[in-house]
Amino acid sequence: MRPIATTRMAAGIPTGRLAVWWVVASEIVIFGGLLVSYIMHRLARPEWGDHAANTNVWIGGFNTFVLLTSSLSAVLAHKAAVSGNGPKAAKLLYATFVGACTFVIVKAFEWSMEISHGYTISSNTFWSFYYTAAGLHALHVIAGAVIMLIVAQTAKRNLELHRVELIGIYWHFVDIVWIFLFPLLYIAK
Amino acid sequence: MSEHAEHAEHEINYVKVWAILLGLLVVSILGPFLGIKAVTLITAFGIAIVKAYLVAKNFMHLNIEPRYAVYLLVTMLVFMFLLFAGSAPDIMKHEGRNWVKPIVHAEAQAPAHH
Repeated sequence: MRPIATTRMAAGIPTGRLAVWWVVASEIVIFGGLLVSYIMHRLARPEWGDHAANTNVWIGGFNTFVLLTSSLSAVLAHKAAVSGNGPKAAKLLYATFVGACTFVIVKAFEWSMEISHGYTISSNTFWSFYYTAAGLHALHVIAGAVIMLIVAQTAKRNLELHRVELIGIYWHFVDIVWIFLFPLLYIAK
Repeated sequence: MSEHAEHAEHEINYVKVWAILLGLLVVSILGPFLGIKAVTLITAFGIAIVKAYLVAKNFMHLNIEPRYAVYLLVTMLVFMFLLFAGSAPDIMKHEGRNWVKPIVHAEAQAPAHH
């Protein structure tokens, strides 16, 4: 028997997809609250520009490239799923998974470098925001990567292909959050 | 797969959207090197809004969802601005007629590297 969320559509959107939109809506409040708090403090404290000057814009830029590219593979996986090609969708989801892993590895390298230079979460309020915002985002990347693997496992057998679209929506949202974190943490100096 | 998704597939060149996003990324990185504050604001944050719009419209297919899904997300954004409006006066002011924030003055005087 298929889960009800795949077949039921009481509100004009399949229930599974509507649930993902609700997840995205709640995530907007979580990340939005964090980012708005950061912006308020950043505007009130010009000296944060000096702290932000210690973040590496090229590493942040590379990770933005990785996430944008992984969003492309996620939406192409969705396209493959629409045409009923589960194995191709699975391959593209694996590519997205590789993108997620690359992002996390680069992030780990970047944090190691910053911590070794003495910039830790308790250095000052800027670095507290930096590690909290980027860390919360990285946790979402890891969660998305794990879900991506699970969805790919069933998609390659041409099963539950609607899930490809659902994980895609989540993944694009994670991408959008980074699109705003990047200028806030790396560019505004 | 839903009709809405099939409709989206016929109309969007995803690789082209991705290429535009990468072009915007390059501009957002290089713009601030000019050292002009207005250019930095536009290239960094203006472009972030454009990039987010492109991803939401073309990759998440939000433009062809029933309108209430958009309203749902916009409502959350409104909450975000309410938070800003409600707490900004307290957070962004460092001193008033009979009060100061000692921690702000302490951080301002501390060196960037701890």
